[in-house]
Amino acid sequence: MQHLKKTIAAATLALAASLTTQAAEPVKIGLVLPMTGPFAAYGKQIEHGVKLYLAVNGDTFGGRKVELIVKDDSPGTAGDVSKRLAQELVVKDKVDILAGFALTPSAFAVAPVATEAKKPMVVMNAATSAVTTKSNYLVRTSMTLPQNAAPIASWAAKNGIKTVFTLVADYGPGYDAEGQFKKTFVAAGGQISGEVRVPVKNPDFAPYLQKIKDTKPDAVFLFLPPGAETIAFMKGYTERGLAAAGIRLIATGDLVDEDILDAIGDPALGLITSFHYSEAHKSPGNKAYTEAYYKAYPKDRPNFMSVGGYDGMHLIAEVLKKTGGNTDADKFIEAAKGMKWISPRGPISIDPATRDIVQNIYIRKVERVGNKLQNVELDHVADFKDPGKQ
Amino acid sequence: MSRDISMRAEYAFWLLPVLAYFVFGENLALLSQIAITALFVLSLDLILGYAGIISLGHAAFFGLGAYAAGLLAKYGWGDPLLGLAAGALVAATAGFASSFLVLRGSDLTRLMVTLGVSLMLFEAANKLTDFTGGVDGLQGVEMQPLLGLFSFDLYSKTAYWYSLAVLFLLFWLARRLVRSPFGLSLRGIKQNVTRMPALGTPVHRRLVAIYSIGAAYAGVAGALLTQTTQFVSLDVMAFSRSAELLLILVLGGSGNLYGALIGTIVFMAAHHFLADINPQYWQFWLGAALVLVVLFARDGIMGMLRRLVTRGAQ
Repeated sequence: MQHLKKTIAAATLALAASLTTQAAEPVKIGLVLPMTGPFAAYGKQIEHGVKLYLAVNGDTFGGRKVELIVKDDSPGTAGDVSKRLAQELVVKDKVDILAGFALTPSAFAVAPVATEAKKPMVVMNAATSAVTTKSNYLVRTSMTLPQNAAPIASWAAKNGIKTVFTLVADYGPGYDAEGQFKKTFVAAGGQISGEVRVPVKNPDFAPYLQKIKDTKPDAVFLFLPPGAETIAFMKGYTERGLAAAGIRLIATGDLVDEDILDAIGDPALGLITSFHYSEAHKSPGNKAYTEAYYKAYPKDRPNFMSVGGYDGMHLIAEVLKKTGGNTDADKFIEAAKGMKWISPRGPISIDPATRDIVQNIYIRKVERVGNKLQNVELDHVADFKDPGKQ
Repeated sequence: MSRDISMRAEYAFWLLPVLAYFVFGENLALLSQIAITALFVLSLDLILGYAGIISLGHAAFFGLGAYAAGLLAKYGWGDPLLGLAAGALVAATAGFASSFLVLRGSDLTRLMVTLGVSLMLFEAANKLTDFTGGVDGLQGVEMQPLLGLFSFDLYSKTAYWYSLAVLFLLFWLARRLVRSPFGLSLRGIKQNVTRMPALGTPVHRRLVAIYSIGAAYAGVAGALLTQTTQFVSLDVMAFSRSAELLLILVLGGSGNLYGALIGTIVFMAAHHFLADINPQYWQFWLGAALVLVVLFARDGIMGMLRRLVTRGAQ
């Protein structure tokens, strides 16, 4: 009976959509994001991307008007809060699609809700590899950590870097980055000359920097939480003469994303990173995106999280166009699988096997362009899948 | 006469959650978490409000209970009541062991020691990623139906009645406890710790006992949260949880069991509605409300209510 009702409702909707766009019910999208607390910047950037998409491309998807409901799951790392909000979105607000999810614990906690309620779930940031395995209705438009750590390792091995000293923060994402880097770099013939894990908060870098200087590796692979720690490390790196000693610095791009690059300032110059999005990416799509972004949000810089939100909305829009406004989870995911489009970051697609994102990973160098620091792209690996799932 | 009024008020109070089930049927997820948080605040009230042991690390016990129940369910023992017992036991043991450290000093030292213990446990949970899932959280928590009959549903119906029943039972126990001679001796210790030994009260032993009981209560609350959300995030042990807890207790009025409950309801409802109205700046209004409460009702909402009732009676 329930199924019959649903089918009839869906058929009516599709019919209504084809006859007139006004009569269709709005499609409700529930966004679960940290809008306050330590990760408020993440929520803000993703929300920017989402709203920008609606402003630029119109707010009617597959004949249905889009209605956004934003819930603050601050601090963003408490799964219980995210899960409760997702439940409320489904039960009370009757949303058709769950989206957002800045951090991994929130995506992990909500995935069972998506499965049980049969709602499509679009992850716009949370980057731990295993996130997409937690529900069959989940699709990701951001990135994974191994996806970004592997290319810099292959690039280093190919570009005359033979020995690397790894320095990572002592927490989950740090281990992921370290593990993937070592695996790829050693397989490519490189050698790890030393490794160290530093405390996440307020480490004193002086002894580590001295040790690295004495070890004399060709390069240091760095993974720290973006922010104050990175700034402190970069300053010490220059002041203690590691740069002058010819030791290069390589990292994944979240270290120097556009949101914090200005705060790091000149010590970031010359840093080589691998990442999926740069404001300086040269393409007509990105030019249009950054221009629209600055017009809407003159005080912020477009970064990878805003693009994750933007592409998430694009995915929803395209899927609904294909299904004629039908948000049934099975149909939604079926339509999303294998979808390809040109994002501001370049060509991307959804892997039909894993529902995860496949994209170009770029090797970039921090340079001063005009009066701004930018990640200028040097090279790229095309259509790179998440190596964490292989 | 006044005893009669307070009895009636108590009955009326416990009818509210039953009414809430019918009125706010779509908000049961929030209501269950209010019940769980209320139990957690109650546990702090027992040690701070009644025995005067100040703590900035009470989330440690909450977290231990949460992980105990979570791990048990993950490895096949998914019975909810068994999980509650395990949560209580693990937290009580940790509370008993750490009480000897905590009770050595005076207020400021206690603040530091409780904070230190909770930070150590937080880091341990962070490090043991194979065991706890670290920052990503513990997954694969699969709960069996409650009493073999009621499975945990999307609408949180089971979660709500379950949390409420546990809260009611433990509240009733706590109410008996604080009105017993044991409870009275705790109040005495809080008011004048040097005089109590002269009356023959074994001060240290009493404090160890109440600290362990408080820890057990917090452990049960943590286990409840795990079972109703079927997930454990590292955040259960975070300092912010301990701090918020203290805030709620002060808001409601410490040293009064109903203060803990009412503080939680007001705080979480305000949080919920303000965040819905304005997801970005709701904390401003919550902060403003708290400052007003501290300015105009120093002994919390319960103190304010009591003054209103006395004034009304006169």
